[in-house]
Amino acid sequence: MNRIDKKLEEEGKLLSIYFTAGYPNLNDTKDIIIRLQESGVDMIEIGLPFSDPLADGPTIQDSSTIAIKNGMNTNILFDQLKGIRDEVSIPLIIMGYFNPMLQYGVKDFCKKCNEIGIDGLIIPDLPIDYYEENYKAMFEENKLYNMFLIAPQTSDKRIRKIDSISNGFIYMVSSSSITGSKDSFSSEQINYFERIQKMNLDTPRIIGFGVGNKETYDAAVGYSKGAIIGSAFIKNLHESGVSSIDSFIKSIR
Amino acid sequence: MKYTVDKKGFYGNYGGAFVPEMLFPNLDELEKNYNKIINDSNFQKDYNNLLKDYVGRPTPLYFAERMSEKYKCKIYFKREDLCHTGAHKINNTVGQILLAKRLGKKRIIAETGAGQHGVATATVCALAGIECVIYMGAVDIKRQAPNVARMKMLGASIVSAESGSKTLKDATNEAIRDWINNPVTTHYIIGSVVGPHPYPDMVAKFQAVVSEEIKSQLHEKEGTEYPNYLIANIGGGSNAAGLYYHYLEDEKVKIISVEAAGEGIESGKSAATSALGKTGIIHGSKTLLMQTKDGQIVEPYSISAGLDYPGVGPLHAHLLESKRAEFMSITDSDAMLAGLEVSKLEGIIPAIETAHAFAAFKYLDFKDDDIIVVNFSGRGDKDLNTYIDYFNL
Repeated sequence: MNRIDKKLEEEGKLLSIYFTAGYPNLNDTKDIIIRLQESGVDMIEIGLPFSDPLADGPTIQDSSTIAIKNGMNTNILFDQLKGIRDEVSIPLIIMGYFNPMLQYGVKDFCKKCNEIGIDGLIIPDLPIDYYEENYKAMFEENKLYNMFLIAPQTSDKRIRKIDSISNGFIYMVSSSSITGSKDSFSSEQINYFERIQKMNLDTPRIIGFGVGNKETYDAAVGYSKGAIIGSAFIKNLHESGVSSIDSFIKSIR
Repeated sequence: MKYTVDKKGFYGNYGGAFVPEMLFPNLDELEKNYNKIINDSNFQKDYNNLLKDYVGRPTPLYFAERMSEKYKCKIYFKREDLCHTGAHKINNTVGQILLAKRLGKKRIIAETGAGQHGVATATVCALAGIECVIYMGAVDIKRQAPNVARMKMLGASIVSAESGSKTLKDATNEAIRDWINNPVTTHYIIGSVVGPHPYPDMVAKFQAVVSEEIKSQLHEKEGTEYPNYLIANIGGGSNAAGLYYHYLEDEKVKIISVEAAGEGIESGKSAATSALGKTGIIHGSKTLLMQTKDGQIVEPYSISAGLDYPGVGPLHAHLLESKRAEFMSITDSDAMLAGLEVSKLEGIIPAIETAHAFAAFKYLDFKDDDIIVVNFSGRGDKDLNTYIDYFNL
C-alpha cells in the first residue's frame, strides 16, 4: 500500500510541509526532512527548484533561485535522497515543474523516485490529459502517485473528472492566487471550501496555498483532510534557520 | 493542413498548454470562444475598420530598387514599420482588445521587453477605455525609458518585474501570475506567438493580415501572388508568423527565419534558439528553448531587445523540425551594419530586430528574377540611442 494512502486512512488531520531542496544550503535536504519527521509532520513535499515557477509567489521563487545558485539539480537531489528510507517513514512527495523532469527523462525520473522510495509527484504545469496519454503508465509502473490540483474557478464537471482519476489526495488550491499570498481566509474562500466539501468527492482533499499559521491551518482542516504549508515555512527557514523547524511546527499544532 | 494548430493545440510535437490548473478556466474560456469571435462578421468589420483607419493598413509593399540592385534579385519590403506605434505589434493588440471586450473583460495585462508590445497594448487600451497594467523587467525599465514614458502617457500602469533575471521572461512570468490572481476580470494580451494554446494560433491569426495583403499587392506588381522567398526576423516569432501565414501550405514559397546570434552562437551571449535550444516547456508551451542540461531556463542575449527571448513560438519550432523553414542566425555586428546599409540605400531606418533580416542577404544566393519579400517589422526610432552609441554618430 502506498504510504500516502496509509497516512490518509489514519484518524485526524494532516500537516504537510513543502520546502525547496537546496535552500538555504545545498546540503540541508536530508537534515530538514529528518527534523520535519521528528517534529511530527505527516507528509513532506520536496521542491525540485525551477528557474521560472509560474504558480509560485516571491518567497518560493527566491528560494528556488538561491537553491539553483547553490548548485541544486535533479541528480544532486536524487543523490541526497539515497538511503532516506532508512531513516524516514512518512510519505515523501517531489513537487516540481515539468521541464526539469522532461530534461532528466520522465521514465528515468520515475524509476529513480521508485528506487529512493518517493511516494508521489505534484507537477503543477503538467496537464491532466497529457499526463494520461503519455506518462500514466510510467507512474503506475513505478508505484508513483500523481496528485492533481483544483482551484476556485475549476468547474464542477472538471472537479468530478479529476476526482475520478485521482489517487492519493486532491491538492486543493485555496484561492485564485499564487503561493504565499494571504494571511487569513476570506468569506469567499470559506464558501468555496464548503462548496467542495458538499460535493462528497471520493478522493481526500488537502488544502494548500495561503496556509501559513495556526489560524489558517485550523480553518483549512475544518474543510479537508489536511493542509500544506510552504512559503511560511521557507520564510521561517530564512529568518531562523533549520534549528527552528521544531518550534515552527509546534506553533501550527 | 500540415502547419496549422491541431485540435489539442499542437503544431506537430510542439505547443499545448502546460499551465497550472489555476489557469485552466482562463484558457478554456479563450479556447472555446476565440475562433467563434474572430470569425464573427461584426468582429471582422470592427477589426478591419480599426486596421484601416487607426493602424493605417494596408501597409505598402515597397519595391526596394537599390537593395535589389546590390543583391541582384527583386526585394520587396512589407512596410509594417508604417503601422501606428511603429511596428507590426499593433495588429495583434487591436484584435485582442476587441476580443477582450466581447469576453466582457474589464482589465488588460501584458508583458513587454523592449516596450514595443507594451506601447501597442497601452495604445489600444486607451482607445477602448480599459484599464491597462504592463509588466516589464526592472532591467528593461532602465534600458527603455522613452517607451516607459509613452506607456505612462497612454494611461497604463507599469509594474516592475523584480524576480529572476528581471527581463522579458520574468515580466512574462509576472503577467501570468497576475492572471492567476485575477482570472475573471482580466484578459492577458500576449505579444507574440508564444505561451499556452490558444495564444500562438490566436496571435498568428491577428498577424495574418500581413501575408493576406502581400498576396494581392504582389499580384498587382508582379502578376503572381507567390514570392520565391519570405524572410523575417524571429524572436518569439509574431511578425514572421504574420508574413508566412497564408503561404505556409504553399511549399514552393521558401521561408527563411533569421534569429539573433548576439555576440556569436558559441559566445555564451546569444539568442539563437534554433542552434542552442532543446525541446522543453517555457511559459506554458512545449517548444525549443535555451536551457541548462538540468532544464533551467537560460537568459538569452541580443543587442536587439525584441529578439532576446529564450524560446521560440511552437509554430516555428515545428517549421524548423519539419524543414519547412530554414533558420539563420545573425550577429549583433552584422545586424547593426545592415541597419546602416538599409538606411543609406533606401532611406528607411529599420528597428534593430528588422535589421537582422536584412543582414541575411550577404550570406544568401538568389537568382536575378527571384522575388523576396522581407517583413520590415518595425522602424528604428526606438533604437536611435543604440545606433548612436554603436556608430558614434
